[in-house]
Amino acid sequence: MAITEEAPPGTETGPGTETGAESRGVNSSLVLTLLLVLAVLAQSPIRGLLGTPLMQSWMTVFVAVTVQALPFLVLGVLLSAALAVFVPPSFFARALPSRPALAVPVAGVAGAILPGCECASVPVAGALVRRGVTPAAALAFLLSAPAINPIVLTATAVAFPRNPEMVLGRFAASLLVACAMGWLWQRLGRTDWLRPPAHGAHEGATKGEAFWNSVRHDTVHAGGFLVLGAMASATLKAVAPASWLRTAAGNPLVAILALAVLAVLLSICSEADAFVAASLTQFSLTAKLVFLVVGPMIDLKLFAMQAGTFGRTFALRFAPVTFAMAVAGAVVTGTVLL
Amino acid sequence: MNRQSQAAVMFLLGAALLHAGSTDLYLRYVKAGLQPLLLASGAVLIVGALATVWYERKRHRLRRQTHEGHAHPEPRVSWLLLLPLLALILIAPPALGSYSALRSGTALQKPYGLGPLPGGSGPVQLSVVDYASRAAYGNGRSLGGRTVRVTGFLALDGSGAPYLVRMALNCCAADAQPVKIALTGQLPPVLRPDAWLTVTGSYSPRLSRDPVNNGPIPYLKVTSAQPVPVPHDPYDETWNN
Repeated sequence: MAITEEAPPGTETGPGTETGAESRGVNSSLVLTLLLVLAVLAQSPIRGLLGTPLMQSWMTVFVAVTVQALPFLVLGVLLSAALAVFVPPSFFARALPSRPALAVPVAGVAGAILPGCECASVPVAGALVRRGVTPAAALAFLLSAPAINPIVLTATAVAFPRNPEMVLGRFAASLLVACAMGWLWQRLGRTDWLRPPAHGAHEGATKGEAFWNSVRHDTVHAGGFLVLGAMASATLKAVAPASWLRTAAGNPLVAILALAVLAVLLSICSEADAFVAASLTQFSLTAKLVFLVVGPMIDLKLFAMQAGTFGRTFALRFAPVTFAMAVAGAVVTGTVLL
Repeated sequence: MNRQSQAAVMFLLGAALLHAGSTDLYLRYVKAGLQPLLLASGAVLIVGALATVWYERKRHRLRRQTHEGHAHPEPRVSWLLLLPLLALILIAPPALGSYSALRSGTALQKPYGLGPLPGGSGPVQLSVVDYASRAAYGNGRSLGGRTVRVTGFLALDGSGAPYLVRMALNCCAADAQPVKIALTGQLPPVLRPDAWLTVTGSYSPRLSRDPVNNGPIPYLKVTSAQPVPVPHDPYDETWNN
């Protein structure tokens, strides 16, 4: 964990953010209305500016990533609100082994039941932490869920019909890395790094109010970070030339690193990444496995969402270690299995 | 952003998803199978927005009775949600076209087997992927000298050579990859990139390599080409399912 600097105070998610605009007398409803009217009025100049092929393909990918991820985000947000409001904390105390070292693999395997991609797992993991689940177990769940659920494994089997061992490799490597990260957090992690933002959302007279409060808060919050990630991913997709990959495929070591970095930059949904990996025909199976293990655990979109849910201090430490562990875990599994 | 504005953004976002999901608009960005999920999440967002407004009104009335003040940390990052909203409603960018197609290599993969063509003696309708696999991997034998008819959009590379392309998609446009056929023979005098064409022609044994990823690009000898409207689903979603 090389990064030791403290996150700047007053990050976007910290308490008192609203003091900014709202207390200066600027009503955000008014700003919103003005923005929308302005956008409608300036429609044709905006369209003219965005008419170049580069901008158009940027916009298409940006809208596509957002539209594709929103249903899964909504699913995750509903699940997380239900966990936060209707499931008592005592349930998790009973369901998970009391020793954190055992709770980590149990939570990692439990990731298999969350059907969806990584956009759903971040809000659910956030709810687990707030519900008193030991962070090490919640993090193992966060990392394993997008990679080992049945939908993703089926997609992997379909994408690699001649290499069924890829499915086993993906499952084993992802679970291994998720558990290793959980145990590592348990040994080295400090609770003050993990700063679930003040969630002013669960107050409410009734359970219904608390539920919808949590849904609203998580949707606009995680949604904002999702948009940030989609912008980054669309930029890289539009700017980085694909011919670089051809050069990288030649050297096995460079190939592994190139696909690991590509998985981070592209931020493709874990339900679709197997097809993209299968199309990278010049690369070795191990390099493709690295792509499949790294992508669901850490990419630009996930980093933005993790920073929003758990705080920037946490994300800056967690992301590089996850990246290194995922590459190492996939290479080891690939050497043994493939 | 206060809660009323959040409710407004959620409502608009839900309405935009419902609009995109109930028309063909969503097919420009994501796979067809995502439609029920889009509609469901749009509905949830709208219900969430209405619930927020309802509870806010209730809370407002309560607060006036008890005179308690409140300050909630509300995320500023949520303003970003306006961007996809405006992009989807005002601009509705088109499906990926020739620009993206020329930047990535052809995604043609060796097929498991090539089935027989449908019977009949007239021209046979084939997808870009189907023709390309039969021509590149079966040496055109499974085409049996038949006349074929293929629909795709035009892309012109740096030297002006024409390609007929269809983007193949698995989940969303971020993972879309082109499959390309090079065109020779009798082409219309004016070629406009991104124009959709149905070309009729026959197998040509020529084969070239994609400069981006060295993938195979088979040729098609065109006898006639006809402009067609953009199809219902601009992407090819069949080739690897």
